[in-house]
Parts: sequence; structure tokens; C-alpha cells
Amino acid sequence: MKALRTLTNGIIRENPILVLVLGTCPFLAVTTQASNAIGMGAAVTFVLLCSNILISILRKVISEKVRIPCFIVVIASFVTLVQMIVQAFLPDLNDALGLYLPLIVVNCIILGRAEMFASKNGVFLSALDAIGMGVGYTLAMLVMASIREILGSGTWFGMPLPVLSDNNISIMVMAPGGFAIFGVLIAIVNKATKGKAPRKKDFGCAGCPSAAVCGGGLACAGADGKEAAGK
Amino acid sequence: MKEIIAIIMTAVLVNNYVLSQFLGICPFLGVSKKLDQATGMSIAVIFVMVLSTAVTYPIQFFILNPNGLGYLQTIVFILVIAALVQLVEIILKKYIPSLHAALGVYLPLITTNCAVLGVCISNVDSYLLEGAAFGTSFVHALFNSFGSGVGFFLAMVLFAGVRTRVERCNCPACFKGMPITLISASILSVSFMGFAGLVENLLG
Repeated sequence: MKALRTLTNGIIRENPILVLVLGTCPFLAVTTQASNAIGMGAAVTFVLLCSNILISILRKVISEKVRIPCFIVVIASFVTLVQMIVQAFLPDLNDALGLYLPLIVVNCIILGRAEMFASKNGVFLSALDAIGMGVGYTLAMLVMASIREILGSGTWFGMPLPVLSDNNISIMVMAPGGFAIFGVLIAIVNKATKGKAPRKKDFGCAGCPSAAVCGGGLACAGADGKEAAGK
Repeated sequence: MKEIIAIIMTAVLVNNYVLSQFLGICPFLGVSKKLDQATGMSIAVIFVMVLSTAVTYPIQFFILNPNGLGYLQTIVFILVIAALVQLVEIILKKYIPSLHAALGVYLPLITTNCAVLGVCISNVDSYLLEGAAFGTSFVHALFNSFGSGVGFFLAMVLFAGVRTRVERCNCPACFKGMPITLISASILSVSFMGFAGLVENLLG
């Protein structure tokens, strides 16, 4: 039962992107095409799964004081592995993802899950958690990329769609469209959950680069607009 | 000289790291709530970006590339940046306490800022070409880092101003907080699109 909950947690209740607003940079950047979103999602899921498993195995060996550098080395190794695989077998995807492929290493989701989950739980649960989070991330990316690709280029997975392909809104595949659609998606999630989604503070800010300044929950209002606005 | 001006203008206005390249979005959304925090964070980012380029670029040029170790780039860069930031923090704490008091809190969180790693990798990608001389390309890379940092600064400061106004506005409940912030960022990003073609027409 706990295993099932761990697995589904990341997909809906604690969706890393739409609820926790983590790992936004690649989310905004590569979602111009649905196929890129799948590629990026798969790469992130793979790194997340491998690093969660390895960190969970090593959690009793890694000393408390040097844990963050250790996590970063583990994550960076798997990212390098993914980079090599993608460069060798999927050169088109490599060109499309470009800089964002090596930048998986600084993706808050991966370090955040290592810190909050894998360093405290067993291998099996950590693997399930990684799969849940990875699938949640991929699905969110796919939704976002589908909206942007259909509206912006009039295609879906590269297939031209009737009517839309002649009347595309090209700003949707540019930077402003990314920000705007992301905002609307979070608003829809807020509306659907009525602000009851978990706060980022419960999830752990350790993996977030703004943690020290925001002090938990101040800036990341993705899940609780009301409270942030009331402060 | 003209080349350097073109590099800086491209990095600040045309290819703004936050608003058109989507790098460093987390601090952009997280720390832009107050102007003084936004300024402190951005100055720390400029500093770390230039410094980490000054260290990682020679490492790539003199150590990784001649020995065929290019694939170690990601691991080496992230570790070098993390160590460098720690070192800078210790030095500042010891010798310039006033600067440490102003920038200290921002330094550790820059380690995992994708803009810093991003600028190091993109410098190597765009300036370290086959047969490029070290001197010129290194200077260009440094100015590109500086310009990218300034672009981050500009976006942060502009957005902090926008945000203090947006916070007070009455918008639908489900849009409060992050969604309306993202939509404001989208409008700011539209205004930066106006700079497209600026450098070619001005300096070309």
C-alpha cells in the first residue's frame, strides 16, 4: 500500500512541475515539441531512477557532512552517461536539447529527491519514488509541449494538423508563450485542488537553489497562492 | 572592441539568460520578490559567473581537451563551481566581512543555479572551437559571462519592480502567487523580444 502511494505521489499529488514548481528551466525551454518533451522526460527519469537507487544503497556510507557533494557526483556521473547515450544513438534529440541535457545535473528535482527521499528510504521505495516523480515530470512536460506545439506550430509529434497548421500562433513556441502557458497550467491545478496541494516546505526546499533566501514557502507559491499573497 | 560590445549586448539584451534562454528561472521566480534581495543575488551571480568561467575555460582548454577527456566536462565543471563558491565564501568571510554580509547568503545557492553551469558550458561550446587561440577566445568568453550576468541582473531588477505592483493587484484566486508571476514574466519576455536584430543592425 505504501509502495503504491509512493509511486502515485509524484504523478498527481506532488507533481514536481505543476504542484511543486521544481525543475522549471528545462521544462520551459525544451517544451516546444512533444517529441523533445518525451526525450527530456525520459532522460530525467533515467537519471532520477539511477541516482535514487545508488544514493539509497550508499545512504549508510555517505557521511552527513559531505552528502551534498556526494549526491552531486553521483548525479553528474549518470548525466554524463545519458549524454553519451543520447549523443551516440539519438543525435537529433541531442541537437534539440542542446545545453539542457548536461544541465540535468543542476535540476532541483533530482537533488531534492536524493536529499528528501533516497537518503532516508530503502532501495525499493526510492526506485518507486523516482519512477513516480519521473513519470509525473514527463507527463507534465508532454501536456505543456502538446499545447505549445499544437498552438504554436500546428503539429503534434511532427504530424501537421488540419486547420491549425495554417493558422499557428508562433509566439507560443517562443519564450513568452512558455511562461504564459506554464502560468495558466499552474492556475488550473490550483483551481482543481482548491489550494489544498502540499506546500513545497513539506516536500523539502533543500534541493531548491533559492532555499536560503526564500526560507521555505515564501517564494514558491505554486501550491498555495493564497498564503503567499497574504504574507 | 566592436566584437566585445556585440558580445555584451547580445548577452544582455538579445539572448537574455532568463527571459529568452530559460536559465536561472528558479532564482528569478524565487528571489525577485524584494528589490534588495534581487540586487544582492544578481551581483553574486555576475561575480560567480565571471569567476567560474575564468577557472573552467582554461581547465577545458589546457587539461580536458588535449587529453581527450571532453566527456568529463559536466562532472568536472559542477565540482569546480561548487568548490570555487565555497572557497570564495571562506575568503570573503575572512577578509571582506562587509561584502560577505551582503552577498554571503546568496553564494551557496548559486552552486546549483543552472545559469552558472550553463554559461560555462555554452562558453566552451561557442568560443572553444577547433584551432582557436586561447587569448582571444578566453577574453570573449569572459565578456560573454559578464554580459550574461548583467542580463540576469537586468531581468531580476526589472521583474522585482513589476512584482511588487502585481502583488497588490486583485486577480482571480487561482492565479494568485506563481501563476500571475509567470504571466507577468511572459509579458516582460515579450518586451525583450523587441531587441531581436538589434546587434546586427547596430554593429553589423
